Amino acid sequence: MPYLELQGVRKEFGSVVALESLDLDLGRGEFFSLLGPSGCGKTTALRIVAGFEIPDRGRVVLDGADITGLPPNRRDMGMVFQAYSLFPNMTARENVEFGLRIRKRSAEDRATRASELLELVGLAQHADRYPYQLSGGQQQRVALARALAIEPRVLLMDEPLSALDARVRVSLREEIRRIQTQLGITVLYVTHDQEEALSISDRVAVMSAGRVEQIGSPPEIYGAPATPFVAEFVGTMNRLEGEVEDGAAGRIRSGGSSILAEAVRGRRPGERVLVLIRPESLSVEALADGEAPEGALVGTVAAQVFLGATTRLKIDTDAGEIAADLPSTGAERFAVGTRVAARVPPGSPRVLDLPPGP
Amino acid sequence: MAAVSTRPAGRSRVPWWAVLWLLLGAAYFLLPLFATAQFSLQVGRNAYGLDAYREILQDPFFRQSLAFSFKLSVYTIVVALVLLVPTAYWVHLKLPRLRPVVEFLTVLPFVVPPIVLVVGLLRGFRWTPTWFYGGYLLLVAGYVVLAFPYVYRSLDAGLRAIDIHTLTEAALSLGASWPTVLLRVIVPNLKASLLSAAFLTFAIVMGEFTMAVIMLFNTFAVYIAYVMETQATGAAALSLISFAITWLSMLGILLAARRVGGRQVQIGGVR
Repeated sequence: MPYLELQGVRKEFGSVVALESLDLDLGRGEFFSLLGPSGCGKTTALRIVAGFEIPDRGRVVLDGADITGLPPNRRDMGMVFQAYSLFPNMTARENVEFGLRIRKRSAEDRATRASELLELVGLAQHADRYPYQLSGGQQQRVALARALAIEPRVLLMDEPLSALDARVRVSLREEIRRIQTQLGITVLYVTHDQEEALSISDRVAVMSAGRVEQIGSPPEIYGAPATPFVAEFVGTMNRLEGEVEDGAAGRIRSGGSSILAEAVRGRRPGERVLVLIRPESLSVEALADGEAPEGALVGTVAAQVFLGATTRLKIDTDAGEIAADLPSTGAERFAVGTRVAARVPPGSPRVLDLPPGP
Repeated sequence: MAAVSTRPAGRSRVPWWAVLWLLLGAAYFLLPLFATAQFSLQVGRNAYGLDAYREILQDPFFRQSLAFSFKLSVYTIVVALVLLVPTAYWVHLKLPRLRPVVEFLTVLPFVVPPIVLVVGLLRGFRWTPTWFYGGYLLLVAGYVVLAFPYVYRSLDAGLRAIDIHTLTEAALSLGASWPTVLLRVIVPNLKASLLSAAFLTFAIVMGEFTMAVIMLFNTFAVYIAYVMETQATGAAALSLISFAITWLSMLGILLAARRVGGRQVQIGGVR
């Protein structure tokens, strides 16, 4: 039985539909992320769970009880915000103790719990500092400790790392995952950063224009995008339009090239399909003039983009421009203008239906 | 050989016109004070003494009027803050579209002449119980109207300087009730604004004359007017005493604001 459910939740702001009809369910102890671009409705969904927004339609159910109309201060949900939200007039310790003070816990209890949590987030030595004496990363750690102090039924996190620099972001997200695993707490996490969502979540819901495009584990979302939007939004994806040439052999024709893809086996010849290929799944080799290997995309290198450990080649093919990632150590062989073949392993392309052509 | 500058490092020459301008400015403010002080100390043609001050300070009406105005100030500050802190907070949080309307209302006490205000007040509150209408509480009500622009704008500046939406939601998510959010989270972060609102209100009430005299109350300002009409050097001494009270109030704002944390010190404007 799901622990937290959103059932047919719809929310409009004036004429703007923020959420169409959202259905989500989270298991107890699950780390669930809502991933999507700005304005896709992910923060609205989180705020509805928190009680800061009331849905126009639908229900929020927590542990079997309908909490749709319950005010936020009676939901027992800790929240970490995108903006720094520590109370400026209180020290880190007082901030962590705030929720416990509201719950009328004894001073001794409060002090013990605050010490434990500040220790957990690695800030025991900064307990008596005020927010303005802490860095952004430290403030978010205190905010996390403060949200955890009340032993929330669900921990809600609204892009808590987006205001931090890249290094702090990476270390803090790992820490959030470690703490979540350690405490076994249910987390609903909102982010627009796919790397962040994929690296820390048990499951991810990719959202667009108020709808859920796909829900799945990070490998499912990355490896088997269900819609063109997910394919486009999560990671880099080569999108080639084509039609099935030979369903039995799994051959697709795209532009002047033929690609082998097991995913089209059994389809009828002439069916229009969208072929999705990850740049890292392509293997590239230099070609002599006139040579044209079977089942590969042939073209010339238009640009090289150094990305650190890998280099991305932009290759002009007759099926369109494609990107191929290869280790930077061997990339110098493929100077701009080199004629190359990008081989597609038949098991790797993802194939989606396209509407029939004119 | 490299040229060696003889001017000490870090010191720049102040242009003569800047000094002149500074002196002119200082003279504009200080000369009248100096002249008033000199006149207040005159006992005879060429003699000086503290007689005028002694006379004023020993006058029971001075102490009574000062204490009465002080009491009115405290009441006005309390009523204005109790009314306007939640109002300003709610307007910022939930009714931002009403902000232009409230800002327009804050201008009204400047536009409406005090005489019109006091007549309106006397007519408007005629239906109220005698303990209110017949006493100084009616004057407090009028002073709250006069203080409204200053109090609201101080609070407005303070509320703009902090992220009240996030702080409110953070407190609510931790289980705080609305009064707790206001009293434990918002108000402590508005200390500087509250202090400036309080001291500005204090200064207004201590100096307000029109309403008090029409409503027949002997406030400090009414006493100053009376002394001006009856004692020449005494009026000068009283001017300096009231100036000192105002100056000490302003000094109080600065010191108190510094004590509550320099980061949120602001009397007006937006961070």
